[in-house]
Amino acid sequence: MKNIITSSIAILVILIGFTSCNKGNNSGGKSGALASNVAERVYVAPGEYDSHYAFLSGGYSGNVTVYGLPSGRMFKEIPVFSQFPTSGYGYSEETKPMLNTSHGFIPWGDAHHPDISQSKGELDGRWLFINENNTPRIARLSLTTFETEEIIEVPNSAGNHSSSFVTENTEYVVAGTRFSVPIPQRDMPIKDYKGNFQGALSFISVAPETGNMDIKFQILMPGFNYDLSHPGRGKSHGWFFFTTYNTEEASTLLEVNASQNDKDFIAAINWKKIEDYVNNGGGTMMPANYAHNVYDEETHTATSTMKKEVRVVNPIDVPGAVYFIPTPKSPHGCDVDPSGEYIVGNGKLSANLTVHSFTKMLDAIEKEKFAGEAYGIPILNFEDVLAGVVEQPGLGPLHTEFDGKGYAYTTFFISSEVVKWKIGTWEVIDRKPTYYSVGHLTIPGGNSGKPQGKYMFAMNKITKDRYLPTGPEMEHSAQLYDISGDKMELLLDFPTHGEPHYAAAMEASIIKEQSQKIYKLADNKHPYAAKSDADTKVVREGKEVHIYLTTIRSHFSPDNIEGIKVGDKVYFHVTNLEQDFDVPHGFAVIGQNNSELLVMPGQTKTSVWEPKQVGVWPFYCTDFCSALHQEMQGYIRVSAANSDTPIKWSLGEDIE
Amino acid sequence: MKKASIIMIIGSLLLLGLFKFPLWNIMLGAPQYPDPLGMNIYIDGIKGVSEFDLQNIDGLNHYIGMKTIPKADEMWEFSMFPKVIFGMALLGIIIGILGFLDKVSYKYFLGWFILMSVLGILGMYDFNNWLVDYGGNLDPHAIIKVTNPDGSPMSYKPPLIGFKKLLNFDVTSLPHTGGYLMFVGMSLTLVAFWLGRKISVKKTT
Repeated sequence: MKNIITSSIAILVILIGFTSCNKGNNSGGKSGALASNVAERVYVAPGEYDSHYAFLSGGYSGNVTVYGLPSGRMFKEIPVFSQFPTSGYGYSEETKPMLNTSHGFIPWGDAHHPDISQSKGELDGRWLFINENNTPRIARLSLTTFETEEIIEVPNSAGNHSSSFVTENTEYVVAGTRFSVPIPQRDMPIKDYKGNFQGALSFISVAPETGNMDIKFQILMPGFNYDLSHPGRGKSHGWFFFTTYNTEEASTLLEVNASQNDKDFIAAINWKKIEDYVNNGGGTMMPANYAHNVYDEETHTATSTMKKEVRVVNPIDVPGAVYFIPTPKSPHGCDVDPSGEYIVGNGKLSANLTVHSFTKMLDAIEKEKFAGEAYGIPILNFEDVLAGVVEQPGLGPLHTEFDGKGYAYTTFFISSEVVKWKIGTWEVIDRKPTYYSVGHLTIPGGNSGKPQGKYMFAMNKITKDRYLPTGPEMEHSAQLYDISGDKMELLLDFPTHGEPHYAAAMEASIIKEQSQKIYKLADNKHPYAAKSDADTKVVREGKEVHIYLTTIRSHFSPDNIEGIKVGDKVYFHVTNLEQDFDVPHGFAVIGQNNSELLVMPGQTKTSVWEPKQVGVWPFYCTDFCSALHQEMQGYIRVSAANSDTPIKWSLGEDIE
Repeated sequence: MKKASIIMIIGSLLLLGLFKFPLWNIMLGAPQYPDPLGMNIYIDGIKGVSEFDLQNIDGLNHYIGMKTIPKADEMWEFSMFPKVIFGMALLGIIIGILGFLDKVSYKYFLGWFILMSVLGILGMYDFNNWLVDYGGNLDPHAIIKVTNPDGSPMSYKPPLIGFKKLLNFDVTSLPHTGGYLMFVGMSLTLVAFWLGRKISVKKTT
């Protein structure tokens, strides 16, 4: 017996010896045994919370997805620019106006760059802004309800790409056009592009209390492509920087013709100067036609208003407000460091990374050291503004974010890596492969004066996937890195939804605390709300029938409805009487030509149903709501168009 | 005796805390309710711990056929209790003042305590009866019927005090701030009696 014990101990000792060796090998002895337990560092146990929220754009999905970090778990998809059958967004009568534009109802959008509102240069977690690229629009989402509250269309713009970034007190959210177009739009030969097209950079004011957006002014710039942008901050607060490409002003085969110039520009805009000019009556009102859609949380209803004019500013009318900084070569990303001193212009065809100095820029402007002008806008000398160059860091630099500790992180699309470099010395500190072709990267608080530099995640463009294969089409991927140490460490691959262009992220605390759980029924001001079973009714108005319906676990009231005729337009106004977190009720009726509804506690939503056949048709709750969810159903009787069946409704009448 | 009388007055005054703070609290937690539902029982009515707790407790209880939680005007207790508490506090203060003026002996302090204890026990008895009725007097048309192993219908009576498991709910029933203030107040009147007796014994010896 004793022998067995002794030999067991001996075996144990040997095993421990082996495992220790393996551990040492795995971590490469770089950062100690603790650093190697990567799984533990992304594991968020059941019932525990992630430390950060991440809001990823869905690209061609038109929506925003909400993720937790470090787990990489997706919590929610928030519909913004695209119809969303899950909840009825863009299908329900209340939300259809959100997708209204000057081109009519548009059920899809291309969502690119989310940005969180700021106060004094720090993320305040009130709103999330995001741009729509295809039909230029900017949306504002509430980070209390996690719903889209407002969408404003941007006239004179096309390919709303250098958007939607906010200034350090959320004074403005910008919408810069990627494509220059004739302004105003007109019928003209495309080959006459040069000198005739213009690019509109729109400054959209954000009301401090409500968040309501309004286009304060548009700067009509030369006909380049305005690719990306970032606000100045700290010392450069009051300025905005936009990268350009196609300063050649070519209109065909741009991959060659827009890559001829050795340098394109970063447009530096002193928006405070233009704001003053506009506040003193500067600029001209120009006829326009664009939609402004606002969702009212009390009526649970959106309204769409068409605006008829917009204020435009010619940059040469405001001397000292706009300058061009030459930047090699077709720069894409345009990123400003937390201090506001450095402006990184990543020439995507350049082997080096170019960093400009804000102080040097002001100095050159003061001394009027100009290399020339373009369309009346002064061009600064490249050398006068240059702060430094990161030499040969990789191929195809795209985007840069900062950790707030003096380091910058740049993605390289062609060489597929993230490179960490030091601000000021411009030396490369670390590089890590991304395994995918990487696009944007995000550090929580990235577009603010106070980055929260613990995590960084890279969002990938071309995914020869590292997951189980799912056929030719797959979701894109993101990769999470720990950047708290000297070296970046890959922690996690996680799939994303749509094509995530960019993301905004922040520590969870503020958002988590303010998150709303229900809508108060008492505050429901929907004109067709039924706030109790006593308010339920069915009202015929000519060929329209309005059904005031309520839901509560586990029945509809009324659940028997008669007197509907073929050819009627039937509005189901469904009010959810629950006042309990996470007890939505669904609504669907057979043969519906749009979508179901998902109605949150205290909310009213309306679905239109146009019955085409005589019969008795069921409707039911689509969201499993209680032990008696399957019983939550009703019938609607549809009679012939010429019948005289009276309108009638009931609940529980045949119960003894 | 002056010191004892002051303690008697303070003890009686603490009863008035019941007009602001709840006497009792019952919490219902379950894995699917990470934020537990709860009700605070005041001497003049029942309120939810969070705004919609009562509505949600009633919503859950209707499956098993329990009555809805009574409104203030549906139970005579909620109009009677405030009067009794106010009356007893007033009586205690008067006895205290009279003691202070040496008009009554310390034995009145004990008398007040015994009267209050009897009333308290009656109150608890009444409360327990209500819990028995609330948890056991179920709608025969209830959607869900659960029986005990012996075939009798299950009672959903919350515990008078302490913890009990009801189906998957953890039910905890404990005194709340107002209740604790009352207990402390009553104990103080006992202290007042003991102190008064000590002084009086000292005087006589």
